[in-house]
Amino acid sequence: MAPLLLVEDLRTYYVGFGGTRVVKAVDGVSFSVEAGETFGLVGESGCGKTTTCHAIVRLLAPSARIVSGRIELEGEDLVPKSQGEMRRIRGRRIATILQDPMASLDPLFSIYDQVAEPAYYHQGLRGRSLRVRVKQLLDAVRIPSPELRMKDYPHQMSGGMRQRIVGAISQAGGPRIIIADEPTTNLDVTIQLQYLNLLKDLQRATGVALIFVTHNLGIVAKMCDRVGVMYAGKIVEMQSVRGLFYRPRHPYTRALLDSIPKLGVREALCGIPGQPPDLADLPRGCSFHPRCPRAVDRCLDEEPKSHALNGDGSVRCWLPIGEPAANG
Amino acid sequence: MASPLLEVHDVQKHFPIGGSLFGAKRALVKAVDGISFTIDTGETLGLVGESGCGKTTTSKLVLAAETPTAGRIEFEGRDVAQLKGPQRQDYRRKVQVVFQDPYSSLSPRMRVGDIIAEPVRAHERLSSADVRARVTELLELVGFRPDVARLFPHEFSGGQRQRLAIARALSTNARLVVLDEPVSALDVSIRAHIIALLESLQARLAVSYLFIAHDLAAVAHLSQRTAVMYLGKLVEVAESLELCARPLHPYTKALYAASLPSHPDEAREEIVLAGEVPSAIDPPRGCHFHPRCPFAMPRCLEQEPALVELSPGHRVACHLY
Repeated sequence: MAPLLLVEDLRTYYVGFGGTRVVKAVDGVSFSVEAGETFGLVGESGCGKTTTCHAIVRLLAPSARIVSGRIELEGEDLVPKSQGEMRRIRGRRIATILQDPMASLDPLFSIYDQVAEPAYYHQGLRGRSLRVRVKQLLDAVRIPSPELRMKDYPHQMSGGMRQRIVGAISQAGGPRIIIADEPTTNLDVTIQLQYLNLLKDLQRATGVALIFVTHNLGIVAKMCDRVGVMYAGKIVEMQSVRGLFYRPRHPYTRALLDSIPKLGVREALCGIPGQPPDLADLPRGCSFHPRCPRAVDRCLDEEPKSHALNGDGSVRCWLPIGEPAANG
Repeated sequence: MASPLLEVHDVQKHFPIGGSLFGAKRALVKAVDGISFTIDTGETLGLVGESGCGKTTTSKLVLAAETPTAGRIEFEGRDVAQLKGPQRQDYRRKVQVVFQDPYSSLSPRMRVGDIIAEPVRAHERLSSADVRARVTELLELVGFRPDVARLFPHEFSGGQRQRLAIARALSTNARLVVLDEPVSALDVSIRAHIIALLESLQARLAVSYLFIAHDLAAVAHLSQRTAVMYLGKLVEVAESLELCARPLHPYTKALYAASLPSHPDEAREEIVLAGEVPSAIDPPRGCHFHPRCPFAMPRCLEQEPALVELSPGHRVACHLY
């Protein structure tokens, strides 16, 4: 059976200065998401994870081009689709939740208008049934007294509530897959926990698939089934969440895991030396080699291909970590 | 026992809001509502809490950027509010700050050397050769080569800028540095470096830190003691590892429970708090936390709990104990 969403060798470049500067933000990304699954896309800022998502829903900046690759949603390639066709897909089949709820809600429209819009256009609901649907959606995201609050405007709500409204909007068109791009970055920890649990409950109730974009490995540990780790426009490692935490194979994944402080343990932290590379001027060979403790001559010249791991997943490295690491 | 470097005694800061210019009724935001803590020489005190709990106001009070409405802040045994002229200048020299966002805290129009030299020139009478020598020393201290002094901030990444901000904070031999979310804006791989740098600088210079953050794991990592703040009050203060292992206040428990697991199978008792932080304009009566507290008793609605010491160094404000 075909996966719900299949991204194959996607390349999205930003072209500037009359074609003289090419930023390879997404450079050969492949992954798939099954129905009802949560796929995590992890990486540091500027690694191309947000551009990947924007390419899927085709909300790219004007300077960005999908250079090659396929994006198949339920077997149908989205890349050749026109913006008009995409408009019928966004909201109805793929929805997005962005980082900043204040920027994704329109301050001039009431909560009712904004939650009702996808249900109006994509599900053809009108009048009473539309109102019932909005109330039901707000109930699902646990907005207290939804009948009253739906008349409010975004500025009358707190940050956590606004993000829950965005969650309700994403559900409104009945999508099969929701792309959540760092949805909790602006929220406090206790509110973040509420929100993550809410997303899980919604997923359980509707069977929607989630793509979770984050730089926070704790969120990955809590939410995801499978994870792709991105570095400099490529997925360098893809595994089940347990495999990733217990047996990371790529040196970058290992280093990321080592650089997070663990609660209540005061062991030395190892960061990653150096800086993430400039995507317009990538190093030759493996992009990670200048920061990699295991780099050998081959890594300087030849770019590693993605190869499958036995079990599941894949890694892009000439010398993947072979020894199973100790737990934690 | 030597007296602590910084002593904060029952400090309050209330901001009046609303009302007209001429005496109509005004509401008070009780941003900081009676908190006390101490910081010893060479010690790090972590201050955690959610947005709006008064962390930043506390840092401004310590930096003497705001004057307390009530209470007293003592630094090296002297009341900060009473300091005048050169003594006040000296306080400002000894207490420095590193802000969250290194993109807005460094002037884009100044060279790195001037950014670091500016506090030195303001506070000390040194020849320009001595200032240059100090800048070189500071750049090396935070891991740069001295020739970066002629560059501008835009030539540096976020983590490098934060190191420059740290060098600037240390340029006048500060005794206390207020770290206001110094790693929140940085990528994870860079965060670890900054935390390690702060640790090694403290070991070398015996500087004290007031470390304000919402990342509990980072706070526990860097601070010897942690204070938890909720709606303008401290609800619990304890040694950091003790606090992780044995949080007592229901809010602290919920905060730790809400912090994310470090691996997928980490078993964790989840306490999901209902609702959100109430407004500091009209905080709940009694214990400020009672409307969200799963253990609230009738007494919590009426009587405000005091911060009491349960075991040595572990203080908590809750009627359960």
